[in-house]
Amino acid sequence: MNAPLWPAVFGRFGWMDLPFVRAWQDPSVSEIIGAGAGGLVVFGGLAVVVLVTWLGRWGYLWREWFTTLDHKKIGVMYVVIAFVMLSRALVEAVLMRMQQAAAINAPGFVAPDHFAQLFTTHGSIMIFFMAMPFLTGAINYVMPLQIGARDVAFPLLNAVSLWLTAGAAGLMMVSLVIGRFSTGGWTGYPPYTELAFSPDVGPDYWIWAVTLGSIGTTLSGLNFAVTIYKKRCPGMDLMRMPMFCWTSLCTAILMIFAMPPLTVATALLALDRYLGFHFFTNDLGGNMMNYANLIWLFGHPEVYILILPAFGVYSEVISTFSSKELYGYTSLVIATMAIAVLSFTVWVHHFFTMGQSANINAVFGIATMAIGLPTGVKIYDWIWTMFRGRVRFSVSMLYSLAFMMTFVLGGLTGIVLAFPPLDYLVHNTLFLVAHFHNMLIPGLLYGMLAGYNYWFPKAFGFRLDETWGRISFGCWVAGFYLAFMPLYVLGAGGMTRRSQAVFEPAFRPWLYIAGIGALVLLCALVTLFVQLWVSIRNRESTRVPVGDPWNAGGLEWSIPAPPPEYNFAVIPTVRDRDPFYVEKEAGNAYPRPKRYEPIAMPANSMTGPALGVLGAVTAFGLVWHMWWLAGLGLAASIATIIARSFVRDLYRIVPAAEVGRIDRRWRKEIDRAKPIGRAVEGTPANRGLAEVEAA
Amino acid sequence: MPECSVADRPASRIRGPGSRHEGLPRSPIRRLLRLVSAGAPLLLGGCDVFKLGVANHAGPVAEAQWHLLLIVGAVLVFVAAPVWLLTPLIAWHYRIGKKGNVYKPKWTFSWPLEGLIWIPPTGIVIGLGFVLWHYTLALDPYRPLPSSEPALEIQAVALDWKWLFLYPEQGVATVNQMAIPVGRPVHMSLTSGTVMQSLLIPQLAGQIYAMAGMTTQLNLAASRAGSFRGENTQFNGLGFQNQKFEVLALPGEDFTAWVARARAADRPLDSGAVDGLMKKSVPPEPILYSSVPPNLFQTLIARAQEPSR
Repeated sequence: MNAPLWPAVFGRFGWMDLPFVRAWQDPSVSEIIGAGAGGLVVFGGLAVVVLVTWLGRWGYLWREWFTTLDHKKIGVMYVVIAFVMLSRALVEAVLMRMQQAAAINAPGFVAPDHFAQLFTTHGSIMIFFMAMPFLTGAINYVMPLQIGARDVAFPLLNAVSLWLTAGAAGLMMVSLVIGRFSTGGWTGYPPYTELAFSPDVGPDYWIWAVTLGSIGTTLSGLNFAVTIYKKRCPGMDLMRMPMFCWTSLCTAILMIFAMPPLTVATALLALDRYLGFHFFTNDLGGNMMNYANLIWLFGHPEVYILILPAFGVYSEVISTFSSKELYGYTSLVIATMAIAVLSFTVWVHHFFTMGQSANINAVFGIATMAIGLPTGVKIYDWIWTMFRGRVRFSVSMLYSLAFMMTFVLGGLTGIVLAFPPLDYLVHNTLFLVAHFHNMLIPGLLYGMLAGYNYWFPKAFGFRLDETWGRISFGCWVAGFYLAFMPLYVLGAGGMTRRSQAVFEPAFRPWLYIAGIGALVLLCALVTLFVQLWVSIRNRESTRVPVGDPWNAGGLEWSIPAPPPEYNFAVIPTVRDRDPFYVEKEAGNAYPRPKRYEPIAMPANSMTGPALGVLGAVTAFGLVWHMWWLAGLGLAASIATIIARSFVRDLYRIVPAAEVGRIDRRWRKEIDRAKPIGRAVEGTPANRGLAEVEAA
Repeated sequence: MPECSVADRPASRIRGPGSRHEGLPRSPIRRLLRLVSAGAPLLLGGCDVFKLGVANHAGPVAEAQWHLLLIVGAVLVFVAAPVWLLTPLIAWHYRIGKKGNVYKPKWTFSWPLEGLIWIPPTGIVIGLGFVLWHYTLALDPYRPLPSSEPALEIQAVALDWKWLFLYPEQGVATVNQMAIPVGRPVHMSLTSGTVMQSLLIPQLAGQIYAMAGMTTQLNLAASRAGSFRGENTQFNGLGFQNQKFEVLALPGEDFTAWVARARAADRPLDSGAVDGLMKKSVPPEPILYSSVPPNLFQTLIARAQEPSR
């Protein structure tokens, strides 16, 4: 190919952008790890394609999953993305910990450039492509069931959100195989990420992956908020909603208001990099302080976007596994709302050290401490929920207890960081790293895993294995303490975050302990998959077709497990908080409908996957300056949206006869099942029909 | 080349909290402790890390920060203790299957408890708010330290991947070595010739960002002689982990001698030298410059804002 044609077609791509070529030319351990990771993506992708083809399941996947608008399946796919991305980002974390343990007055085995990509992808993935999909998936699955709805308010938009997130996650994976990722950290601070300092494709991968993901999340937020406002079943007043719906609502509101600053920040940075603007450059009047404000105007509410849904999960789990109604419901609602509002008033604490006046720092420091108040109230409300209850130490409950103990510690160090004079000392050190992992691992990951163990039987009709669940739980908790407590110490000793090598022998023992902790966390991930595998293998003995394995109070437990496509054969009417408890006590848990009506459900659409793939293709074209590809992708996206507006068959009608047949089959299961007490809920006797407990 | 090495300074920073393991009385429990610590040299060595941080403070700013940390830490342990005690106690006491427990599934509210979980924490936050406000103003990095002596002016320029320190009054400059006189306050002005960086000397004071085209300030002082580690804490590229510098806190006459040695170095910081420093590099040793062009700091601020291409 002659010279001018190559850049026109392939943009700035060259053979050295392939990790395999780089590893061939420079077979260092660092490059071989890079090539290995790229190879894993390629062969993993190929293996999945071959497997699906061999099983002849493409049609099934396309009809039942890829094109579905069912909020439950979309929720499950979100969680699958979260697990895949969690695996990658956790392995990256282990690599970094091993490197730091190996690189004390030594080069270690990961080169500085590779190390910088590792901490950038680890952070970006854990926030945008692990945490966000996990909680979005949980809300997607559970919230409509809890409010007695058949789907979210905008099912197509929901699919578009999913596929934009999937496209962005795909772009992250592609960056392992073609080119390199940003080295600018998960917040991508300019001017480092500007052309003058990072002319390569890395920051562009980061910009477009985050932009695609953030658009998907904004749309999700709108969807969830409208669903909660408009789709509640009769009788479901706002103050009767399960706590998880309240935290979902607050998260949705935060998504709507907090994601746009991020999209704006990445868009302005893109303008700088692509069109020669000077928003955040050093030269020609740019100012990176505007970026710091924008990204943290998103970034701090983001913390609560991540944590609030987990708070909702804990509220459900602790109430259910204490066999008790939630203590202080109103207090919890007020506290949740207070957190959501306050979360917009503290962003400056992420850069106390930028030189603003002491008065400004003091105001934001005090606002930061104030957030501790409603959070503390929540913890006490959960403690009083257990008080005079009957606590069962199920896997979900264990996560909740570990969360309460651990999260408080993170709160303490958070208050330390809220004091500007103390923040000056430990900002940008491993103390900070320890703090936010101390918030997000208990405050997000434990919550999502508690929810995963709690709602899995609802979604798939069988319970997860308790033994392996406990082993995994033990590893997550022990691993967390081993990996992150030393980081507090190291931070107090002034060890900076993002260090590829270390020159203080005094750090050695603590880095070793942290390294062991990282390996234990890796075991936690492996045992999590073992738990899933064992559970699938033993599924016949853990089936809960009736749908109420934990004797819980929410509407989601009043329907079969797994629920039918339309969720409720008849839309329920709610009389009180914990509506299913109320009906169970009244002996009216499973009222027979007088007659069945046909139900209109949203018909499948390929708009979602099309937009997701085209979005990723456009982004890929932009990253590599393949302008024809970006233009094509954008034009095809617009064409897809126009084409969708001509589709007339938007609904699929489930005939009344089919609804009746499915419902009657379920009622046979109810009749066959024996109500069981809580003492035997972990045994095969548990078919999902709960014995009403005497108070 | 290094005119002043760490070795010829009294190593006064050994007095860390870790050293209290030495010289314990010989009670059986202490003996057991000794055995354990002897068997675990890793853990014993672990205490050295505190010698590098604010726990081993060497100046009035870091000392005040350390005191603040102790105050806040004490209050916080008091705040968190109820949760750490109640969570396991209540969960275990009310476990299913334990006989004779009260079971009240419908009990969901109590005004006294609500008061207990809202009011005392609010009081504590208000109290801490006063502490925070006081210390934030008192330890404002821009606030000059009280002293009878005028502060020593140092201008720090963040470069890739090193620090340039200009001494405008003395007319000398250094790379990766910052000498300061013990007991005399130091006023630093910071800027960056490249991306944003952050200057931290954990044993002396907190950090402040250095940004191109802008000036930030930091006031600090050393109360004892010694060599302390300074660093950039904001990732700025592939040499980031190497971007450490030494702070030499020297008694007054030694500082004068240090300045004299720098002036005698016969290495002016001319435009060629400045251009060399602008290139990305990690200097293996600290460098002393015998003279500095006037207003170099302002020149570098202006230079950082010039069109780069």
